[in-house]
Amino acid sequence: MSASTPTKAPTASGPGTGASAARTYPSYARPAWQRWLLTRETAIIALLVVVLVWANVNVPNFDGPLTVYYLFLDLMPILLIALPMTMIIITGEIDLSVASTVALTSVLTGVLFADAGLSFTMAALAAIAVGALCGAFNGFLVGYVGLPSLAVTIGTLALYRGIAVGLLGTEAKTGFPEEWTDRVKERFGETSYPQVLVVFLVLAVVFAALLHFSGFGRGVYEIGLNDEAARFSGVDVARTKLVLFLLAGAVSGLAGVYYTLRYDLARGDAATGMELQVIAAVLLGGVSIFGGRGALHGVVAGVLLIGVISSAMRLQGETENVTTIVIGLLLVASVVAPRFLAWASGRMPTGAKGPLGRLGRRPSA
Amino acid sequence: MKFNTRRVSALVALTLAASAALTACGSDDGEGGGGGDSASTITFLPKNLGNPYFDASSTGGERAVGEFDGTFEEVGPTTATPDAQVPFINTAAQQGVGALVVSANDPTALGSALEEARDAGVKVVTFDSDVDPEYRDIFVNQASAEGIAQTQVDLIAEQIGEEGQVAILSAAANATNQNAWIELMESYAAETYPNIEIVETVYGDDDDQTSFDKTAALLQSNPELKGIISPTTVGIAAAARYLSTSQYKGQVALTGLGTPNQMREFIEDGTVTSFALWNPEDLGYLAAHAAHALVEGDITGEEGDTFTAGDLGEYTVGADGEVLLGDPTVFTSENIGDFDF
Repeated sequence: MSASTPTKAPTASGPGTGASAARTYPSYARPAWQRWLLTRETAIIALLVVVLVWANVNVPNFDGPLTVYYLFLDLMPILLIALPMTMIIITGEIDLSVASTVALTSVLTGVLFADAGLSFTMAALAAIAVGALCGAFNGFLVGYVGLPSLAVTIGTLALYRGIAVGLLGTEAKTGFPEEWTDRVKERFGETSYPQVLVVFLVLAVVFAALLHFSGFGRGVYEIGLNDEAARFSGVDVARTKLVLFLLAGAVSGLAGVYYTLRYDLARGDAATGMELQVIAAVLLGGVSIFGGRGALHGVVAGVLLIGVISSAMRLQGETENVTTIVIGLLLVASVVAPRFLAWASGRMPTGAKGPLGRLGRRPSA
Repeated sequence: MKFNTRRVSALVALTLAASAALTACGSDDGEGGGGGDSASTITFLPKNLGNPYFDASSTGGERAVGEFDGTFEEVGPTTATPDAQVPFINTAAQQGVGALVVSANDPTALGSALEEARDAGVKVVTFDSDVDPEYRDIFVNQASAEGIAQTQVDLIAEQIGEEGQVAILSAAANATNQNAWIELMESYAAETYPNIEIVETVYGDDDDQTSFDKTAALLQSNPELKGIISPTTVGIAAAARYLSTSQYKGQVALTGLGTPNQMREFIEDGTVTSFALWNPEDLGYLAAHAAHALVEGDITGEEGDTFTAGDLGEYTVGADGEVLLGDPTVFTSENIGDFDF
């Protein structure tokens, strides 16, 4: 509880040095270690570690060599799509059409490879391009026409899924080249880590640089906080949104190609409901649905947390419904918890002082 | 940190209480679900959960597993898609269960997951819906196409006195199973019952309303019609519903493939005298015994291997690792009360 001293330190040093006499308040309300550690991202990472340790000790076979391998193979599409989805949600928008884009690009890969006779590489690249086009269409309607993304992407969710199912009907395409399907399942030597992780890691670095270390990324946060203000401070709001939706479409296309190879199957009903899994993981990872806050490391932890929980519960023999209930409760808790903690620490969002502040200050006084 | 001590202690107390409660629940589940020797576990993976047909097959499987003192588990997705089944196959491989009994949502998409499970020492039995033969040890086939076709023709022949016009109400025009059966029904009827004429085949698309309307149209356009065969559960129920409220009730015979729960009221009110379907409970029972025989090493899935399946008797593995359950069960007012699926 003596941690409240830093708040006093600047005021003490201020008059003494004289140099910074103009500033009589601290630069930050909390010391650096608190700002870095007491965040939702850290909380989710801590929870992930706790669940991992718990599962390793208590869940039979969780410590086996196959667990991590299957975990990453199953989570790969969600991990990939969560990257652009994080940025979209930080701008205060949403993209519900990603899973339909996965299905459409998967079906296209199948049709172009099996029926049109393209090489697999060409079919996959064409499918990813179509994915980008699907995303650009969303982005154009949201950014330039100014329609609400919820309405636009509910529409394209149905549209892209409809085209996907229409292209193949009840049929399914299989028999993709083994050199490619094997490549997806390849591991690093004797470890449990699939090689496709490299694709994710590269993209994660690119997206982290874009969001956290570039002017474009600062624009993304500004749009989420107040897009009028962002526009007046020189952010091209429409173009930023177009780029983000286009990225989401392209990455969904990549996930669609992955999906096709992982299951050696292209079907119109692939990845049904995955958009909600992605959005749930992003929100669990500490991104605000109102926009303006969130970070990629929290989102990656959020995806992994959901994956580890489902994997552990499947090994325990729980049904899918129970897992869904647990993840739903966790999501609600993650939304409620910050307010609850604020209440517990007496640090209400409004900056409530009075009795709470007095109680807190007593030890240091 | 400026924490309110009283609130913090309340929070800590609450967290401790909650985690204690959760741990208690957790360990209960652990003993119930994960207990037992995993090598003697037989895991059923139907196409989806909450489907009465697969509830019945799992009941049969559980009964069989109880007979040889194994551990029975049932897992499955909520939607019947192949990608949703794959994580459950992976989980079975991780657990190293003795055998996995699967009804596949796709013949090839589950292939690599099943291969990995077999590499981990899991025996794979498919039932109801097969995968390509190289991905499994044994397929327990519910009924041969010939058996299904002949049983339905025999039933209608018996009901109409072996002569007169008969029509077929099928599922979709391109339904693979139904088309194969219809072809066999036509050739069998022509050989065995020369006085029976199959006048028309109509398609209800496995949609209740369409099947209902097609039945009405069929009866109007064929006034001489004496019987209808509907080799699909949706079609036979819709046709029975139409007949039960029309002037043709009791005049035009109806048979085909149906489930006892759908057809019970029509058997009771006399619209339908008999219909057929393989018994899913026996199917699950046989599949579990086949899995057990594989785990014990009594059979390897080679053609000609024989094993005993409890009170169903002895079975022989046929070509391509197939085991045939036998002729479909015929349901009448006498026995329909014994079935619930």
